[in-house]
Amino acid sequence: MAKKPKNKRRDFLQLSTVTLGAVGTAAFIWPFLKSMSPAEDTLAAGSTEVDISTIEEGQSITIKWRGKPVFIKKRTKEEIDAAKMVQASDLRDPQDDADRVQKEEWLVLVGVCTHLGCVPLGQKVSDMKGEYDGWYCPCHGSHYDTSGRIRKGPAPKNLDVPPYTFLNDNTIKIG
Amino acid sequence: MDKNRKVHQFKNPVLNWIEFRLPIISYFKKEYGDYPMPKNCNYFWSFGALATITLVTMIVSGIFLAMNYTPHTDMAFDSVERIMRDVNYGWLMRYIHSNGAAFFFIIVYIHIVRAMYFGSYKYPRELNWILGVFIFLLMMATSFLGYTLPWGQMSYWGATVITNLFSAIPFIGEGLKTWLLGDYNVGNATLNRFFALHYVLPFVIFGVVGLHVAAVHVHGSNNPDGIDIKTNNDSVNFFPYMLIKDTVAMCAFGVAISAVIFFGPNLMAEVDNYIPADPLVTPAHIVPNWYLAPFYAILRAVPDKLGGVLLMFGAIVILFVLPWLDRSKVRSCNYRPIYKWFMMGFFVNFFALGYVGMLPAEGLYLLIARVGLLYYFGFFFIITPFVGWIEKPSKLPLSISDVYAKNIAPNIGGGEKGIPSPAMQKDTYL
Repeated sequence: MAKKPKNKRRDFLQLSTVTLGAVGTAAFIWPFLKSMSPAEDTLAAGSTEVDISTIEEGQSITIKWRGKPVFIKKRTKEEIDAAKMVQASDLRDPQDDADRVQKEEWLVLVGVCTHLGCVPLGQKVSDMKGEYDGWYCPCHGSHYDTSGRIRKGPAPKNLDVPPYTFLNDNTIKIG
Repeated sequence: MDKNRKVHQFKNPVLNWIEFRLPIISYFKKEYGDYPMPKNCNYFWSFGALATITLVTMIVSGIFLAMNYTPHTDMAFDSVERIMRDVNYGWLMRYIHSNGAAFFFIIVYIHIVRAMYFGSYKYPRELNWILGVFIFLLMMATSFLGYTLPWGQMSYWGATVITNLFSAIPFIGEGLKTWLLGDYNVGNATLNRFFALHYVLPFVIFGVVGLHVAAVHVHGSNNPDGIDIKTNNDSVNFFPYMLIKDTVAMCAFGVAISAVIFFGPNLMAEVDNYIPADPLVTPAHIVPNWYLAPFYAILRAVPDKLGGVLLMFGAIVILFVLPWLDRSKVRSCNYRPIYKWFMMGFFVNFFALGYVGMLPAEGLYLLIARVGLLYYFGFFFIITPFVGWIEKPSKLPLSISDVYAKNIAPNIGGGEKGIPSPAMQKDTYL
């Protein structure tokens, strides 16, 4: 359908007005949406240094890092062997034990279940440790092994390993 | 402006003055005075009014609580304790608000059961039903946000579990969760925004309720027999008949909620929420509010994170399309001999899901949750469409008056005696 030049001009004006309006509205909304993201001071939440000299073999401590619990465990020989024996390809989230630790006896994990964010049990001697003798999430029944890998239950991923470095034999810096 | 506009004339000159400038008085007369209600409506039809009154009560008690509440992680728990111990009648405000939320859900669930059993969602009230489901969604969001505010253990871990649901979404999940929380875990940023949203959402609900009521007034209320009003003999005016009936219902409701507020204010509360939030210790058993438990049971019945989340939200979204899943033109289940029993089964099943949703997800409870999940979705996707095909409904009465002619004594049938016809009720007020 052929249009008169007058209509073309009207169409152009309408289209450009609507487009500019839409872009302007989006530009206006963006700061509001972005303001809901973590603020600068939240992002800057720093690192934590932990003295590990007092941790006995088989013992595990919980420290707070960026508002989350972090488990630091000095594993026993049996626990290390149990973690190493597993074939990574058999796992839901395949990962070798060697890829999850820097020093074999020290296991550092973010203590947040990858299902819905509960803190798994297993830090205290009296706690339930689940079928694989690692950690057990009481909320929805996820079982983690001695490397913090998901073995049974609804969680999709292994427990996260936070970034950390050994400052010396007795100190770990997390973050 | 239309100079020929017909202005309603009242005896009172002040009313006439207002009416000429803003025809609000004739509007209320039309919508809440002369508005025809089917005369066979039973007490199930009072729950809409009860829900509205409860919403207003929640808003009022909430505003007064907000005057004493501090939305900060260090002070929230203590400010709630101060409301309970030191603020004059603070305990009353809080118990009204916390129990009012539970009663709001009881009322709305009964309101939904009414709409489902008597087929109120069918033509021409589908949009009305959609608005209602939308209100239900907003209510769930609001109650979840509000439950976070006291900053007890259940508040904190409930918020953690529910916001983690979003992390199940592939690719964008983690980012979306962080954006919603304003932090990498539930923290002060989260509490602040939850308070802001918990304050504003009830007013949004109020607006949608306005649309919901306006929509039902277009075609009028459904009734237990699910047939339309045909003559004046089928209806009574809202004022005074239904207003009085709703008032009686409201008195009964007032007695029930007062009994709980004054004699068992923590019956529906979780003990763990009187422990301040601790991000390092998860309670042994996280329990949702009972009114969200059926959906929580569905979440836990699925052994897959994303699958569980999708089915849980799906269980609510499916309600939106119910008017199109149901193939039967007969509204009321009273006239649907087969579907009626499946419908009652659905209500029992929903109750059972809620029950196991409060218990640990293991053994027999998990099995019940899974069977319940199958029936829940089977009801919508299989039973509802197919029963509509195969069922032969009972014979519908010719009119609402006809119901009375048959079922009640013949001498008051047809609304000629006993119940005055609307023509006789006109001009009884203003």
